[in-house]
Amino acid sequence: MANVTMTVNGKSVSKPAEGRTLLVDFLREGAGLTGTHVGCDTSQCGACVVHVNGKAVKSCTMLAAQADGAEVTTIEGLASGGELHPMQAAFREHHGLQCGFCTPGMIMAAVDMVNRLGAPLDEATIRAELEGNICRCTGYHNIVKAIAAASETMAGMKTAAE
Amino acid sequence: MYETTYHRATSVSDAVAKLGASDDAKVLAGGQTLLPTMKQRLAAPSDVIDVTHIADMKGITETAGGLRIGAATTHAEVAGSEIVKRMLPGLATLAGHIGDPHVRHMGTIGGSLANNDPAADYPSAALALGATIHTNSRQIPAEDFFTGMFETALEDGEIVTAVEFPKAGACAYAKYPNPASRYAMAGVFVAKTDGGVRVAVTGAGQGGVFRHAGLEDALAQNFSADAIAGVTTDPDQLLSDIHGSADYRANLITVMAKRAVAACA
Repeated sequence: MANVTMTVNGKSVSKPAEGRTLLVDFLREGAGLTGTHVGCDTSQCGACVVHVNGKAVKSCTMLAAQADGAEVTTIEGLASGGELHPMQAAFREHHGLQCGFCTPGMIMAAVDMVNRLGAPLDEATIRAELEGNICRCTGYHNIVKAIAAASETMAGMKTAAE
Repeated sequence: MYETTYHRATSVSDAVAKLGASDDAKVLAGGQTLLPTMKQRLAAPSDVIDVTHIADMKGITETAGGLRIGAATTHAEVAGSEIVKRMLPGLATLAGHIGDPHVRHMGTIGGSLANNDPAADYPSAALALGATIHTNSRQIPAEDFFTGMFETALEDGEIVTAVEFPKAGACAYAKYPNPASRYAMAGVFVAKTDGGVRVAVTGAGQGGVFRHAGLEDALAQNFSADAIAGVTTDPDQLLSDIHGSADYRANLITVMAKRAVAACA
């Protein structure tokens, strides 16, 4: 088995992996980061979304070896210190989760959405961009509200930083 | 998934050599179709050759007659490209509606064309715009490239390296996605090309993507949605499955064609 090495949430992780090992399994079992979930395992639900080199991807539909040498961010990498990322805080504030299973993928998809499209995001855009993430509890309304609110907070932080 | 051996190709010739070194290797061009297929054990290649790190196969450039898109360029890159949006807006729209944002970050134009899924979006653009498919050994007109459902003119060991699209006066794509899978149940690409109006249909044909002579003739006379309202499609040539009958798809083709023509204006 070849070694696969990648930077996960800023730390280098190097583990032997089979050619068929999926990135999600490498993260959960190799790196011990179980925040990334496997929902459908058929590339549809988006519970497994992580960022690879800054782009949201479905980690159940990527081999670990494809991410060899890459920078990976998982849900565990968003909060800094004890402080939640604005997107995480907004999901809590707006009740954007019930059972919570889809939440890691929703939040990673939402952060990617704001990174790509900027803020503020309107409801139609958010709903269209959530095409690849399925929630079976909330009916999406509060998820959409949370993302809209977080996009404003993130824009404010960006302005303050400049 | 059955065990496989992953290889990362560094150049086109390296990829061709690695592909030829195994009887049962497959190109991994993003993997958004191949990996789900392998997970279901419907495909079990002994080796996968990752071509997405080959610099020569990436990027979008303007050419004398149109634009060239490297085969390993992702759907997100095509959708977001200023060159594509300016020259072939219908192609950018098409790329921006494949799968979902995460799939568009991984899936590539070359992978889509080489797979020739009968419900994939890109084959309709390639056929309607009269694209040329470049491989490691030759150039194949789109007309000759798509040979049937999941079938192409590619030989064993041949790799799509780029796609060249000629300029078009106007072009647009309209699809009716399956509500669950989001694959096209009927997708119609309309293009005003130097060779006249060309219309290609995906998602509906039994043999995969096809050009629609009835729509082309009607639009050549009068390029308007009204002109094709009465154009029909023979359902005997169309797919019929749990998602929709051939008659339903025949109707969808006319509706999508009208929307695409309206979007050209």
